[in-house]
Amino acid sequence: MTACLDISGLSATLGDGRRILRSVSLTVEPGEVRALVGESGAGKSMIGKAVLGVLPPSVRIVEGSIRLEGQDLGALSPRDRRRVIGAKTALIPQDPLTALNPSRRVGPQMTDRLVHILGWAGDRADRRVRQLLDEVHIREPDRVMRAYPHELSGGMRQRVLIAAAFAAEPRLIVADEPTTALDVTVQKQILRLIALLQKEHGTAILFVTHDLGVVAKISQKVTVLYAGKVVEEADATRLFADPRHPYTRALMAATPRYTDPFASLLPVDETVLAGLAAEIADADRRWEAGHG
Amino acid sequence: MAEARIRPRRRFDIRLWLAGGWLLLALLAAIFAPVIAPQDPLAQDLMFERLPPFWMEGAEPGFWLGTDSLGRDLLSRLIYGGRVAFIVAFAAAFAACLVGSTLGLISGYFGGWPDRIISRVVDIWMAFPPVLFAILLVAVFGTGLGSVIIAIAVIDWTRFCRVIRAEAMSQARMDYVENARIAGFGRLRIMVAEVLPNVLPSIVALLSLEMGIAVIVEAILSFVNLSISTDDPTWGGIIAEGRLSIHQAWWVLVFPLVALFLTVLSFSQFGEGLKTRFDPVLR
Repeated sequence: MTACLDISGLSATLGDGRRILRSVSLTVEPGEVRALVGESGAGKSMIGKAVLGVLPPSVRIVEGSIRLEGQDLGALSPRDRRRVIGAKTALIPQDPLTALNPSRRVGPQMTDRLVHILGWAGDRADRRVRQLLDEVHIREPDRVMRAYPHELSGGMRQRVLIAAAFAAEPRLIVADEPTTALDVTVQKQILRLIALLQKEHGTAILFVTHDLGVVAKISQKVTVLYAGKVVEEADATRLFADPRHPYTRALMAATPRYTDPFASLLPVDETVLAGLAAEIADADRRWEAGHG
Repeated sequence: MAEARIRPRRRFDIRLWLAGGWLLLALLAAIFAPVIAPQDPLAQDLMFERLPPFWMEGAEPGFWLGTDSLGRDLLSRLIYGGRVAFIVAFAAAFAACLVGSTLGLISGYFGGWPDRIISRVVDIWMAFPPVLFAILLVAVFGTGLGSVIIAIAVIDWTRFCRVIRAEAMSQARMDYVENARIAGFGRLRIMVAEVLPNVLPSIVALLSLEMGIAVIVEAILSFVNLSISTDDPTWGGIIAEGRLSIHQAWWVLVFPLVALFLTVLSFSQFGEGLKTRFDPVLR
């Protein structure tokens, strides 16, 4: 079976030649949730943006490939790439406050893609969106669809965005820290909702986060990223039972626990960071040797 | 579970209504000038020269705001002058808005080389002193209503361009623009469907402000006799005449100034009021 998303050997640089992704490989099988974990600046959002074709203009992919259901995005013309990405993927964004257009009503924003990209009839798209709003437990879908985004709370907006992401039945959803901008009580509900819809629709998700607590709840596979390099990759159960890389162990020690809130949180140990720096320098040396 | 917030009650905006009221009054007077004006604005009568306004000693009935040094009725001349002012205001402001907003939107949203070209042109354009530029343009095109309108539009499109460019730039960085790109929408469609609605309140405010500016520029041009033919009354022309007889008949200078002041102020206040009203977040 072809993987839903297959990234292999992906390297990217900034305009000044600094590498921000270092030969990243990861796969997401159909119907699977793959968590992509790392601290801020590790490049995890960049991977999401690369998959969705919205990298900032200063970032250049220098090596490697991204395949969506076996189709190499790099080999397509920009127009075809847009069409493939538009038809097969969707994004659950980080900040629900800026992800909806403030001067348009919510309904049309949700049906836009169904009507104009997928060519559905207007009333079919309307019905579909209403059904999805129902699935994310919004009680008055009609009123929400007529509302402007500022008339909805943050949690409501995130639900709307989740509904919109699932509405077009994409093969892959990139969830870019979807709970980070929400307050803690809402975070849990939203997470549960994403997990529920994921199971019902069988959608594969690339779940980008810095929060290992979230990872444990939602994902089957985990990729740990540091400075644009994959440091560990494993099944979620194995990773939590037996983290092999010292950085992964350090990250876990730095995660607060509800069961033991007074345990001291440990910052990542300096010898671990030194080890990582050496690993990355070594990888860069080999890469540069290979690329003259 | 979170509920949709209740829509806040719309505040009664006195500024919007006062400004809109004056503009409507002045506009109706201008449109129906032949019906409303008490006298022929061009009829001279040296027997009735420099009559004072109605509340002063020596006023004649039918000449409510008095007459000028040739005995022409001031109120009628102001009403007919309003016609020119409003035609210029609407035509010039719409033309400047159309050109400036389109280029600003392209420049701000697309960035890259279209932005560099448009921005350089705007920089060069704005280096010209606007009134001198207007006088130069009218001198080239010849006097007349059409050339006044063209001159104002040619000079003032940069106002729209600069502001709309800045707003479009900040819109282009928003997540909903990125979402539309992920969904597969083209750049042009995103510009029109996602960015334009968000800059529309600013366009409306600028449009109203520009109408006020156009009224002033038209008055300046007619003050120096470069607007339309000298027979037709214009506010600037009346002000120029009133200046000569300020010691004998102050009203000839003061009333057109008041009309000009109120109209320009109303346009700018009306624009601000509309902006708040149009903006779904502010209202």
